[in-house]
Parts: sequence; structure tokens; C-alpha cells
Amino acid sequence: MSLARAAGVSARRPRARLRRAVVEIASVVLVVALLIWSLAPVYNMLLIALDPDDGDIEFEGNLWPPEPSLHSFGTVVSQGYWLVESFWRQLGNSFFIGLMTMILTVLIGSLASFAAGRMRLTRGGFLASAPLLTYAVPASFLVIPFSRLMVSYGLANSLWAIVAANVTFATPYAILILRQYARLIPIELDEAARIDGASAVQMYRLLYLPLMAPALAAVGTFALLLAWNEYVYQYVLLSSTRNMTVAVAIAQFFNTDEAPWNYMMAIALIYSIPPIVIFYALRRYMAAGLTRGALRG
Amino acid sequence: MSSVQEVFAARPGTLNRPRRWSWRRRPRGSELAWAVAFAVPYAWVFVAFVVYPVAYGLWMARDPALYRELLTNPLYARAVVNTALFVGLGVNVKMFLALLLSGFFMRRRWWIKALLPVYMLPWALPAIPAFVSFHWMLIGEQGLVDTFLSTVLGIPGPHWFGDRRLALGANIVAYIWKWMPFWTLTFFAARTAIPQEIYEAAEVDGASGIRRFTHVVLPLLGNLYLVCTLLSTLWTIGDFTTVSLVSEGAPAYSTDVLATLGFQYAFEAAQPSLGVAAVLSALPVLIPLAIVLMRAVQTREVQL
Repeated sequence: MSLARAAGVSARRPRARLRRAVVEIASVVLVVALLIWSLAPVYNMLLIALDPDDGDIEFEGNLWPPEPSLHSFGTVVSQGYWLVESFWRQLGNSFFIGLMTMILTVLIGSLASFAAGRMRLTRGGFLASAPLLTYAVPASFLVIPFSRLMVSYGLANSLWAIVAANVTFATPYAILILRQYARLIPIELDEAARIDGASAVQMYRLLYLPLMAPALAAVGTFALLLAWNEYVYQYVLLSSTRNMTVAVAIAQFFNTDEAPWNYMMAIALIYSIPPIVIFYALRRYMAAGLTRGALRG
Repeated sequence: MSSVQEVFAARPGTLNRPRRWSWRRRPRGSELAWAVAFAVPYAWVFVAFVVYPVAYGLWMARDPALYRELLTNPLYARAVVNTALFVGLGVNVKMFLALLLSGFFMRRRWWIKALLPVYMLPWALPAIPAFVSFHWMLIGEQGLVDTFLSTVLGIPGPHWFGDRRLALGANIVAYIWKWMPFWTLTFFAARTAIPQEIYEAAEVDGASGIRRFTHVVLPLLGNLYLVCTLLSTLWTIGDFTTVSLVSEGAPAYSTDVLATLGFQYAFEAAQPSLGVAAVLSALPVLIPLAIVLMRAVQTREVQL
């Protein structure tokens, strides 16, 4: 009996080893494929940005830059070309929109999710999911009426109009996430605080916000990336060069007869850096700040 | 891992359940006032930037003649088909691959763990330059893809934006490239929240590989998958950036979706009402989807 089993095991073992090797090789192939998949468009941006020419760029069908040069990055940073003459100001505008969207989404979302989740309202669940109705009308569908309304709100050509649009479309998701995350915080904590005489504001500020920090960071990152990715509202609502954002400035390159595509790609690469930095910085913070384990048991 | 994922990952039985509300204690006067005060900022955003623009949009597009004009327009019919293809293929392929890849990233190999930050790059990379880069990769003989095909493999690359199916495919691939990492991370966190004991129990019962996927992972992640797919569908139906930057509607407006078509009517043809009518005609599909999403979210809450 045991002999037979031993024989069976040894007969199976080479096959298992073969299987493991096949799985391992397949994993390596998949990793390489995913690397190429993720990096190819970035490599293409770099390929064009490293072109040394001034102005007109012709695509010559290169797989790697024949004479790489940082000339285009220098031109953009020193604002040495008419299309990039307000680059730093435009980057500042993008930062303003991104950070304001982040702050307001976190603030408004946390207040609403606190009211819906922790204030013992009868219809709290409904209140938290009703904002999702916003997504019944996708952002780009509203841009036409939105742009007209902004004129009547006195926000035409204002950065605040973009912030308003971003907050409108980031907050429902934020409320959904915050509301779900708040379920990890035992309601007994609130009850105890209430017995100790804490007011609603104190409970929000001293209990809810600190305990929700990881979820708030996640929601903030989401809002920031939404603002940085957003294009159509900025394109429609911001027209003057000084109020333009980098996203719109990139689109401006298509409206001219010249073709300084290396400058455009240099802008694009510089524009890509802040969200990547913030994303990875907050990612570490979020992982460190997770309270899930501490609350268990 | 972000807490967005942590939250989505929360599964019944994996965390200590908050006790049900004690309904005996309803909010009293001042507390109710505070609850209302806390909800007011969002309520104000909702009314000023959702309800009012939607109502305004419906009012702009109130003339039935606009819809008759749309129905007789072949560009509109094609945009509807394109939107259905773009959303149907893009969202479902993306979500399914994300679900599978999230399992791949669970493997304990340092080089798979090291890949994750690189794989997340497309999500952190702003959409505009990324899609412009996609456009140029496929622009023709001089694009990176065709150059690669001809110099390395020795085959002439196709003219990507000269063929409707290829251009549509390019849009879908670019869309999947951009948004798959976000959902992969969501599913990845959900999988890490599945207790190891469940996997081990399944292993003991002889479920591994595909059977573990169908009998353990799918039932546990089913509702999450549904919620994510619905959210993604709603977001994608209004996707303007991908199509307007990757294929730019080429060839000859044949890959336009509703969002880009409405935009053209409004800003290039100076017919804003027609543009609004074009995009709002998707409401009969969107509103039921949003209601199903609300329902699915609330069922999740009951489960938790």
C-alpha cells in the first residue's frame, strides 16, 4: 500500500516539476510582455522628446534616437519658444486645479460620508449611494450646458470652474469609498465619545478624520489623478494663455502649422512627473496608515 | 496598497462586523442639525453642478425635431454603434484581464512584486500626453509600431487610422492600457483580503488553478466585480479623451463616439442644442445602469 503510494508520488514528481517550470517560464514571459506594454508609449514620448531639432520635426521611423539631446527639455524649462512661453505659469495652474480638487473632494466627501454613515440617520445608506446618480450623466456629456452655466455663475475662463467640475465628478466615488471604509471603524467608538460628551464636530475632527486617514489619502489621490487626467473641461472653459493649463497647452500644438513635437513631448513628460511622484509617495503613506489590522478583534 | 482597494476588498467574514445601528437612539435636535449641516456642502455641489446643468441640458435639447434630425443622420447611428463597441469591448476585456492579472500579482516572486509599480505607471501618467503618444506610435510608416514591424519582423505595418476596425481597435487598446492598472489594483487588494485559510481549505479539497478561480475567487469577488464594471461602464460611455486623441475620429469620422460627436456638433458645427441632444440620447441606457449600481452598492452594505 505504502509502496504503491510512494511509487505514485515519484511518478508524479517529474510531472509536477515540469509543470512548475512551465508556470515559471510563462510568468517571466508575462512580466516581460507587461513591461513592454506599460512602457512602450512612454518610450515613444521619450524618443520624440530627445530629438535635437528646432521647430519642425519629421518622423523618420527610428527605433531609438539617432542623436539624443536634451535640447527640447531645456527650451521648455527656459520658456524659449512661443508655444511654451507661459509654461511655468500653466504648470502652476495645473497644480492649483489638482490640489484644490484634492482638498475640496476630501473635505466635502468626508463631511457627507460622516453625515450619512455616522449620524444615525434613517436613510443613511440611501444618502451615501444617491450621489452615484451623478454618473448617470458622464462628465463630458455635461460640458456644453456646464460651460454656459459657468458664464452665469461668473466663472467663465476661471480655474475655479474646472475645480468645480472635477469636484462634482470625484466626490460621488469618494463618498462611496469613505462610506465603505467607515464600516471598519466600530460604532462603539462613536457611542463612547458621545457618552463622554463629544459634539458632532469633535467626533468628526478628533475621531473620524484621523481614523479615516488612509481612505482619505486614497480618495485624495484619486481626485488628484482625475484632475490631472481631465482634459475636455479645461479645453472648453479656459481660453486665455495665462489661465491655460498644461493639458490645454499641449493641445495648442495641434492648432499651429509648425511641428515642434519634441517640445510638446518634453512638456508632456515634465507634466507626467508630479502625479507619479504624489501617487507613489501617498501609496507608501496609505500602506503605512492602514488601520484595518488594528481594529480587528 | 491603497485603502480604496482595502475598502473594496472588505468581504463578509474578513473583518469584525460593526453592530447594526441601535435604532432606539435617533439623532436628537442639535445632532440632526449637524448632520444636515455636514451634508449641505455636497448637497450644494450636487444641485449647482449636477441637477442644474442636467436640467439646463434637457431644456436646451427639448425640441423633438433635434432627435428626428439625429435619427436620420448616419453619423449619429454610427457613433451609437461605435460607443457600444468601445464600451462593450473596452470595459469587459479590461475588467476581465484586470481580474486575471490581479491573481498574477499575488504570486510571491520579487520580480513580480517589482513589476507592480511599473505596471501602475499608465494610471499615474496623464491621459493627454499618453494618448497623443499612442496616436503617434500608430501614425503610419513613421510610427514606432510600424517601424518595429518593418525593421525587426520585416512585415509592412498597416495604416492604422485608415481602416475603421483598426482605428476602433487602437482606441480600445489605448483605453485598456490607461485604465486597467487602476482596476487591477482594486481586485488585487480584494484578493489579499481573502483569508489564506480559504485558499488552503480549497487546496485540501483539491481545488487549484482554474477550479480555485471559479469556485473560490469568483463567488467572493462577484459583487465587487459587478460594482466595478458598472462604475467603469458609466465612466466610459462619456469618455471623450481617448477617441478624440488616439484616432481623432479617423478615418472620416467613422470612429467617433457619442461624446466626440456631441462635442463636434456643439463647438465645430455651432449647433449646441444638437450636440446636447446627441449625448443626452444615451440617458435611457445610463439611468437604469446608475440605478442598478446604486442597488448593487446597497446590497454590498447589507452583506458587510
